[in-house]
Amino acid sequence: MPSNKSVSDASITQFVNCRILRDHRLQREDLWVREGRILDPEKLFFDEKGFADERVDCGGKIVAPGFIDVQINGGFGVDFSQPTAEVAAGVRLVGKRILEHGVTSFCPTLVTSPPSVYHQVLPQIAVENGGPCGAGVLGVHVEGPFISAGKKGAHPEKFLQTFSCPGLSDLLRTYGSLDPISVVTLAPELDHSASVVRELSQRGVTVSLGHSIANLSQAEDAVQHGASFITHLFNAMLPFHHRDPGIVGLLTSDRVPPGRTVFYGMISDGIHTNPAALRIAHRAHPRGLVLVTDAITAMGLPPGRHTLGQQVIEIQGLHAYVAGCSVEEALEAASLHPAQLLGISHRKGSLEYGCDADLVMLDDDLNVRATYISGAEVWRRTT
Amino acid sequence: MKLIILNDYDQASEWAAKYIRNKLLLFKPGPDRYFTLGLPTGSTPLGCYKKLIEYYKNGEISFQYVKTFNMDEYVGLPREHPESYHSFMWNNFFKHIDIRAENTHILDGNAADLQAECDAFEDKIKAAGGIELFVGGIGPDGHIAFNEPGSSLVSRTRVKTLAQDTIIANARFFDGDLSKVPTMALTVGVGTVMDAKEVMIIITGAHKAFALYKAIEDGVNHMWTVSAFQQHPQTLFVCDEDATLELRVKTVKYFKGMMHVHNKLRWPTSSSFAL
Repeated sequence: MPSNKSVSDASITQFVNCRILRDHRLQREDLWVREGRILDPEKLFFDEKGFADERVDCGGKIVAPGFIDVQINGGFGVDFSQPTAEVAAGVRLVGKRILEHGVTSFCPTLVTSPPSVYHQVLPQIAVENGGPCGAGVLGVHVEGPFISAGKKGAHPEKFLQTFSCPGLSDLLRTYGSLDPISVVTLAPELDHSASVVRELSQRGVTVSLGHSIANLSQAEDAVQHGASFITHLFNAMLPFHHRDPGIVGLLTSDRVPPGRTVFYGMISDGIHTNPAALRIAHRAHPRGLVLVTDAITAMGLPPGRHTLGQQVIEIQGLHAYVAGCSVEEALEAASLHPAQLLGISHRKGSLEYGCDADLVMLDDDLNVRATYISGAEVWRRTT
Repeated sequence: MKLIILNDYDQASEWAAKYIRNKLLLFKPGPDRYFTLGLPTGSTPLGCYKKLIEYYKNGEISFQYVKTFNMDEYVGLPREHPESYHSFMWNNFFKHIDIRAENTHILDGNAADLQAECDAFEDKIKAAGGIELFVGGIGPDGHIAFNEPGSSLVSRTRVKTLAQDTIIANARFFDGDLSKVPTMALTVGVGTVMDAKEVMIIITGAHKAFALYKAIEDGVNHMWTVSAFQQHPQTLFVCDEDATLELRVKTVKYFKGMMHVHNKLRWPTSSSFAL
């Protein structure tokens, strides 16, 4: 059907027979896409006298915004923290394979490493839009090295660092450049962290608290200075204590500046966090929950020995997805909340008019059936 | 006048929708022969629209060769406001059927020259060959479209200030806040609707009963503008039992007795047209 639109001649696609996530609910509505963005069909009708060129029948499936993973260390044999000359190819490989899981944007994550690794790896990672070749790279998440020795988790102790002075000079020396970095995980109890948090936040970098022994007061100070995320809540931090809830207490703190939300990453594989603890966190602060994989090289690979940065680790067993909330809340925890965390919810993580048409089509059991980036199908389940 | 009385809202909506469907099919519209339909908004016609959408989805009818003319629109309300009549028509009807935007006509309440907009609307109706079937509702004060009590019975499309009763009745669509309800609207005139070949008024609910009584059992009166249709050669009132509560028992019995005739008259014997 020839288009007769006055604003643009680009083809318009109408997704019909679907339930879309909009206004925090699944609704029976059609989804319209033009030039890679979600289109307002009412405006199209009345202003442009336009109509759809192509209809895609979704067979009653759920259409949600594409998932956004802000903490993923690698996968399918690729370890983002390995200083090779093929970093870009590795990022592309992971970006391509995660489409099968409905992830349309991600932040390649680097664990604590010596400066030489950052200097070699970071320049090879480009922030770029997704497409048929793979999910989009939103920026790099550097988890460390400015973290606490007492909560290093799987990070190598000899490469941990502290801040020698206020300001970003230590970070610039360590990372080489802040350009591709979108998230920094650090421990706020380190001296001079206040100015680091402030300056990073002012530059638009998301500051996350993690691998830390900070008490609630130190964590709240960091939030006042601009920190807005907690790296894998419960893991690598002091446990909740009723007289000092520590970083976990940020979920219900009254010292969070008005209008700001503290988000928290959860690895909901049922292993990193007991499902009951996940439910407590969700009930305390449902709008801040951000699902992350924190996936490693071994994701998608058979059990065995694999690297994680400078360490070698052993993998056994499977991941399990644990749900403790409504379908809409779970979908938003994987799409809207990470987009809000990164300050990009005006174009990602949502099916509002004008947003990028990054979509995931799911069946009622939330299995991914098809993935779209900018309105074009980039993966479809064939089995 | 034919007074069609059904048991409840759903049956009245279905009867009205079937009537429209049958008229459309009998007309046999085509690229040189559009079926022109006048349309209302509000809660009364919602059931009728739902049924028409169902008939479209079943493949029984198409709106490809239908031109629609809505009765009215608020002045000064942004077109994309959820309570504008543009939004109402899009969400409750247009987006579910195969009608093309250029065949729909709704007054623009944000036009720079409101009266010119109204005059142009009248011209568009004329250019389309007049309206085959004008569907409307009735307000509790007996108004058709926004032709409030006191409106001329020969009025044309124009700007009207809304009566306080109407503003109160509409407040429920604006969070109950009277200050948010628009105070002016563009509306087709009583005369404009009288020009249609056929008029169908849908009236349901006990709160409309008094208005129905005034419209059909009392005289023609500009305080109850729907009464003007007593002087139209082809008028149909479709209502539910509750809307007849203020009528004489004799009136109701008379028209109920005619139902089997109404259902068979002028329709082919094919069961698909059965009302």
